Amino acid sequence: MATDSLSLPAPPGELRLIWRDFSRNKGALAGLIVLLVMFTAAIFANFLAPHSPIEQYRDFVRIPPMWQAGGNAMFPLGTDELGRDMLSRLIYGARLSLFIGLAVVVASMAAGIVLGLWAAFAENAVGTLILRAMDVILSVPSLLLCIVIVAIIGPSLTNTIIAITIVYLPHYVRLVRASAMAEMNRDYVIAAQVAGASRLRIMFVTVLPNCAAPLIVQATLGVSNAILEAAGLGFLGLGAQPPTPEWGVMLASAREFLQSAPWIVTQPGLAILVTVLAINLVGDGLLDALDPKRKRS
Amino acid sequence: MLRFFLRRVALVIPTFLAIAFFTFVAIRMVPGDPVEVRTGERGISPERLAEVRAELGLDQPIWKQFLDYLGGVFHGNFGLSIVTHEPVWTEFWTLFPATLELTLAALLFAIVVGIPSGVLAALKRGSIVDHGLMGLALTGFSMPIFWWGLLLVLFFSVELGWTPVSGRIDLLYYFEPVTGFMLIDSLLSDQDGAFLSTLSHLVLPAIVLGTVPLATIARMTRSAMLEVLNEDYVRTARAKGLSPMRVVGLHALRNALIPVVTVIGLQMGMLMGGAVLTEYIFSWPGIGNWLIEAINRRDYPVLQGGILMVSTVVILVNLLVDLTYGLINPRIRHGH
Repeated sequence: MATDSLSLPAPPGELRLIWRDFSRNKGALAGLIVLLVMFTAAIFANFLAPHSPIEQYRDFVRIPPMWQAGGNAMFPLGTDELGRDMLSRLIYGARLSLFIGLAVVVASMAAGIVLGLWAAFAENAVGTLILRAMDVILSVPSLLLCIVIVAIIGPSLTNTIIAITIVYLPHYVRLVRASAMAEMNRDYVIAAQVAGASRLRIMFVTVLPNCAAPLIVQATLGVSNAILEAAGLGFLGLGAQPPTPEWGVMLASAREFLQSAPWIVTQPGLAILVTVLAINLVGDGLLDALDPKRKRS
Repeated sequence: MLRFFLRRVALVIPTFLAIAFFTFVAIRMVPGDPVEVRTGERGISPERLAEVRAELGLDQPIWKQFLDYLGGVFHGNFGLSIVTHEPVWTEFWTLFPATLELTLAALLFAIVVGIPSGVLAALKRGSIVDHGLMGLALTGFSMPIFWWGLLLVLFFSVELGWTPVSGRIDLLYYFEPVTGFMLIDSLLSDQDGAFLSTLSHLVLPAIVLGTVPLATIARMTRSAMLEVLNEDYVRTARAKGLSPMRVVGLHALRNALIPVVTVIGLQMGMLMGGAVLTEYIFSWPGIGNWLIEAINRRDYPVLQGGILMVSTVVILVNLLVDLTYGLINPRIRHGH
């Protein structure tokens, strides 16, 4: 408290330090730029997309991209098997995929934080019960579990999000619980207890912020996993339904044109790969920047 | 040590029961009446409907149905497929070798390429080789494998004509399955070209399914190697004047492999999920395709039994990994 009066130059803020470490990593920076472009495309899809994603131009079926023979400048990336503009579908697909990724992470992280803290602080059977339930979810292969859940509640975009949220919940619960357990016996938590802070306050205000670093990294990777999983479900016909321009769905319906119109197949997959790769690059960069071992050295 | 073993094994039982219960309840919540699907008659008479329901045991209270089901499970009786009328247990074991063969081939590919890549990247830390390999690994890790499969088919099967597009073996060949592993069976059959045909069918699916584990193993090997290379015993070995090969191979790699082996074991669940997509692309006659078909046909018993058995395989593999890890790691071996 005494240092307050000593008007020392403020130390660089924590966020600034993290940004310094993060921006040194060229891959992470490249990933971030790609992601920003993707987000811009997703948000302004209505303005950026030259056509409607579901309008079928019956006279322009399977037009190759404009740089290939037979291409048409009206459809820069060509059209699909029903004459829909590929570029517009891809742009609207970015909106869907990023939305799925974020929705899943927000939902599973919120539920994971509550359950994880609960499991860490509850000394009774409830904590064990939560953990055992998570073990059960973890022991079913994630895509299979998604498939079963979707089979029960029906294939749709919303249900895809619900299924993937359930499947990824255990990762957050375990992570939050483990970090909370590590923090719980630290002096500052005991001090808060002695000071008479309520249990909820200790859980969410005292302990939770100190579990943030691993959570942020897990959340970043969670977005890319969710996008892959959702595309996989869409590809199997168990996710979003046609004519939704979801990237996995686009791949599924284009399969039979693999030979005659390969661009219908290559483009949506490339979009998935680039997005997921960009997110993973950012995740790797965050992991390095937030790693306390590296920060101290 | 014994306590650790028993505790770990004991944990498997409630997990198994919970999955059995979950699949049982979940499958009953699936919309669509299995009886209608089975009889395939629109406007079936109420008497006939009741008859079929009684035949399938669907008229019993749900808890009774579950206990009956569980009793059967412990005798290897998972019920009959509503579509084929074959026992689910038999169907599973007919198809499982195909999935296992694919999974093992994928894992082999991932290990054989992944571990050397990780070691190389660690030894050349910071170099172009390291950055290149790790860039590739991250790309593999981010790969939508269903698309990767289509690309490989497009290039190797359609363009080059090197590998077949689907199935496990050419229709030319026929022999009775002995082990269920086509690679072994084709050798045993003594038919010319059967083995090569099997191999060429297996290569692409194995690469597709092995890509993500390969990336994971390479990344894990690299970081484990980097950690170990800084350890005192490696420095001592170097100071003793041992050849670099000996230091890396004998002292560093062996210790670095402990976490890598764990990661490999834990890939099993991921591989089973990935196998669904891979089998779907290559029309591989395995568990994944079987389950997808079961969903489309609303074949409850198959779905329920199949998920339970696949999960059990994953649980047992994870258990095995944990126990092996306990054997290797002295900190676990001596209490805790």
